[in-house]
Amino acid sequence: MQGKRKKEKGKRHTAEAILWIVLLMAVLIPAASFAQEQPPPKPAAQDGFVPIDQLAQKEELPAAPLVMAAYAVAWLVVFAYIWSLWRRLQKVEAEVADVNRRLASGARR
Amino acid sequence: MAKAFPVLTVILAGMFIFAPMLIVGAPYESTMGLVQKIFYFHFPSWMAMFLAVFVAGAASVAFLVRRNPKADALAVAAAELVVVFGAIGLITGPLWGIKAWGVWWVWDPRGTSAFVLWMIFIAYLLLRRFGGPGSERLAAAVALFGMFNVPFVYWSVNLWRTLHPKTTVVSSLPVSMGTPLWFSTAAFLGLAVVLLKLRTRLEHQRAALDQLFLALED
Repeated sequence: MQGKRKKEKGKRHTAEAILWIVLLMAVLIPAASFAQEQPPPKPAAQDGFVPIDQLAQKEELPAAPLVMAAYAVAWLVVFAYIWSLWRRLQKVEAEVADVNRRLASGARR
Repeated sequence: MAKAFPVLTVILAGMFIFAPMLIVGAPYESTMGLVQKIFYFHFPSWMAMFLAVFVAGAASVAFLVRRNPKADALAVAAAELVVVFGAIGLITGPLWGIKAWGVWWVWDPRGTSAFVLWMIFIAYLLLRRFGGPGSERLAAAVALFGMFNVPFVYWSVNLWRTLHPKTTVVSSLPVSMGTPLWFSTAAFLGLAVVLLKLRTRLEHQRAALDQLFLALED
């Protein structure tokens, strides 16, 4: 009974967390579009990417934190997911082992 | 498959260590400069998401037709990966956009349709978690609907006016840019396969636990 209530509470917390994330994204994405408007020096390529050997010095500095942030986000999301997956697997496998033990002890009796 | 799994994981780790070296070595793009290098993670994350969408959709069809619980487990696992890889694409896109376009986000066809596709799979997961008994079939229909959205998302840049690079960008890439892109894409697709396998295992363990609880009650 207590386990069921704990499970229900956990479910409610997860629901709240998911709803907060969705709400936050729904607010942040439109807000971000109005937040910062800087006209780019020339239109970004749409039909094909043309490689160049050298980059203008003034271009490299402002872009670097954005590139690093993008790669960091990709890694953070992947590692956070792997960690959450590993935790959930550990929990379920421990429960399976526990129930198996209880079943085995019940059969012996 | 069980033996190949650790080997695949080691190969993938090697690929993810080597990918940044290829990306650093790739030339700068003439109009966007350094920030265009986000492309080498941004595009592969969408490809991994599309793969997960197709797996979720196909598994949902199998579940709806045959009522196979294994197909249902695969669909749930893939749907979760859609949300994970979609989140990477949705966050790295604005980081690229602020430099290339001067704005974090524009409601253009590609961004909007991709965001809607991501939300469809958030809805799928919410439905699975809180929909109660019988929600599997409704969720499978949602996944199917999501899968049919993929062609619209992919070709939206060619069909409608948009700021986003067109699909021709990928096919017209020079070798110096194409090599790191396809290498990263292969690494992301491999990662998606490994994560899918792990997540499906979790679903199978949960099903086994439910069976054990039933046996315990008897």
